Amino acid sequence: MPWTKVYPDRTEFENARKESGKPLRGLTYREAIKEAFTQILEEDSRVFLIGEGIDDAGGVFGTTKDLHKRFGRSRIIDIPIAENATTGIAIGAAITGMRPVFIHMRMDFLPMSMDQIINHAAKWSYMFGGTVKIPLTIRSIIGRGWGSASQHSQSLQALFMHVPGLRVAMPATPYDVKGLLISSVKENTPVIFIEHRWLYEHVGYVPEDMYTVPFGKGVVRRIGRDVTLVGISYMMFESLKAQEVLQKHGVSVEVIDLRTLTPLDEDLILESVKKTGRLVVADTGWSNCGVAAEIVSRVSEKAFKYLKSPAARIGLPESHTPASSALEKEFYPDYKDIVDVISKKVKE
Amino acid sequence: MKMQGIDRKTFIWLFETMLKIRMVEEKIIELYPDQEIKCPVHLCIGQEAIAAGVCANLKKTDYVFSNHRGHGHYIANGGDLNEFMAELYGRVTGCSKGKGGSMHLADTKNGFMGSSAIVGGGIPIAVGAAMGSVMQEQKRISVVFFGDGATDEGTFNESLNFAALKKLPVVFVCENNFYATNSPASARQALDNIYKKGLPYGIPGIKIDGNDVGEVFEAARVAVERAKNNKGPSLLECRTYRWKGHVGPDCDFETGCRPRGELDRWLKKCPIERFRKSILKEGILSIRDIGDIKESLGREIEKAVSFAKSSSFPKKEGLLEDVY
Ligand SMILES: Cc1ncc(C[n+]2csc(CCOP(=O)(O)OP(=O)(O)O)c2C)c(N)n1
Repeated sequence: MPWTKVYPDRTEFENARKESGKPLRGLTYREAIKEAFTQILEEDSRVFLIGEGIDDAGGVFGTTKDLHKRFGRSRIIDIPIAENATTGIAIGAAITGMRPVFIHMRMDFLPMSMDQIINHAAKWSYMFGGTVKIPLTIRSIIGRGWGSASQHSQSLQALFMHVPGLRVAMPATPYDVKGLLISSVKENTPVIFIEHRWLYEHVGYVPEDMYTVPFGKGVVRRIGRDVTLVGISYMMFESLKAQEVLQKHGVSVEVIDLRTLTPLDEDLILESVKKTGRLVVADTGWSNCGVAAEIVSRVSEKAFKYLKSPAARIGLPESHTPASSALEKEFYPDYKDIVDVISKKVKE
Repeated sequence: MKMQGIDRKTFIWLFETMLKIRMVEEKIIELYPDQEIKCPVHLCIGQEAIAAGVCANLKKTDYVFSNHRGHGHYIANGGDLNEFMAELYGRVTGCSKGKGGSMHLADTKNGFMGSSAIVGGGIPIAVGAAMGSVMQEQKRISVVFFGDGATDEGTFNESLNFAALKKLPVVFVCENNFYATNSPASARQALDNIYKKGLPYGIPGIKIDGNDVGEVFEAARVAVERAKNNKGPSLLECRTYRWKGHVGPDCDFETGCRPRGELDRWLKKCPIERFRKSILKEGILSIRDIGDIKESLGREIEKAVSFAKSSSFPKKEGLLEDVY
């Protein structure tokens, strides 16, 4: 299926297109987001976008650019720099039947809204016996590089995974970002939707019509037999690079892209680990109490006897993002780190 | 231009400081395309009078807190220029040892206790520092610089209440440049009344021309006096304009972020040019004196750039240092 394929760059996509002879339409991740918004805003008058500067010339790195011209500023709403209250306001609108999408330029601004997200959005439905629904999507972006420093580069998905009542999506491909964004808006639950800025230029197959990608369904991006490698968000692409390198050295890696973290496609991982006997998880966030920690513990609870070697986590060290480019290089793991870890694992 | 009550020495200090901020920023614009300064920079060209006018009233021991647009505050508060440049260049000799970059300057020797890149993040911390100072009977006042965008935040409103409640020695300095990134104030605030936002709590507020250094100096003097005399917090709304884009060395009217005409009107209100004219008129400095000041600042800046470029990058081991 074309959407299970990933094309690390445009040339690869173009080649694939020529070879297939089929009319595959390529879009960047950025364009796919904008297309999802355009279509869903058109289809459903209850949908509105709200966030700081979403109607400005840049339009959230191009993903909302000029949407206000088409849909008006009553549906594409710029707001005061007041994240917590505005989250509550979006929750309130959602309770009345609207379908808000709250957009944050960076994930680091979500902590401002933690009270409304954790104490309110996540719990409101449960506390009232399911009589109220919160169809709210909160979209935010992870950055990396260029001295973003400690307060402009955090990958906080694990915080949200920890709290029941929130769904967490981390799509890596243009196909998934469109489909999952549409799913998020259509479903009646609060969703934390996390993008990585380094994915914005990636090109992939994106159908023109509206489609949804289900929550809780991961995909095998590369089939392999020696080790299961789960790559989260941008780390999925580093995982693919690692897979290629390792293949040359005779190590066969199965690369899994979860697409959503809550719900988590546990079955897909367990099935793979039962086959390969090894597990490595590469996340964009911290390892400690992180996404990878959760995956590793589920595997040790449910498939321990299949493991031929201890599972491994690849994530950020116990530190904050340094501004200096020299330290940034040390801070972020990449495909070489994955290759190192896996090379050791297969020998253990 | 308000200038009563400013002595000659202060006059010259204010002028030099504003010029220094301007020239440093212009140097950054010149160097940034080399891509050796690998961090976002939020320039404060056009806003120099506020940093200078406020800091001229502070003692070394007073506490200062800043935000993402903090170059001017750091310099006006007496921060070391070498360490500043080195921080921008990501070197270990930087004021934050290369960990912070342009958005996270600190200079604890001079009471500059840090800059938050989270809008409104530094405001309650400044209030807390004022409380700490009172608890320890230190008589150090606390000043916090923030933009008009920060007054939208809960932290601003919650901090005003607490500072008023406890009568803390804080000066809240809002640099109202009418934009938060590219959102105009009119898209974020129902009324144009930031200086009044402390009034319900009993905090006096004043709206001033932030491009008139004399006016800033005088308003800050009164606020600092109040703080020192246990009369509690004050709020200064200094109206100004940033000449460059929100982030980076370029202008932003080309990309449609702001109207060109608006920038042109503000360029005519250049705080430095206005002050220079008064200085010449009053005969405080001659054209030649001003030329000498420029030259010596130019040398100091060049020296700082060389210092930065010749400093080492932090070592790998530094990554885990200072995490607690
Ligand atoms: C809590 C939070 N929300 C959003 C941002 C993104 N952001 C960075 S600067 C800025 C605008 C700040 O405007 P203002 O406080 O007026 O300061 P100025 O940049 O105009 O000096 C915004 C929204 C942020 N850093 N922190």
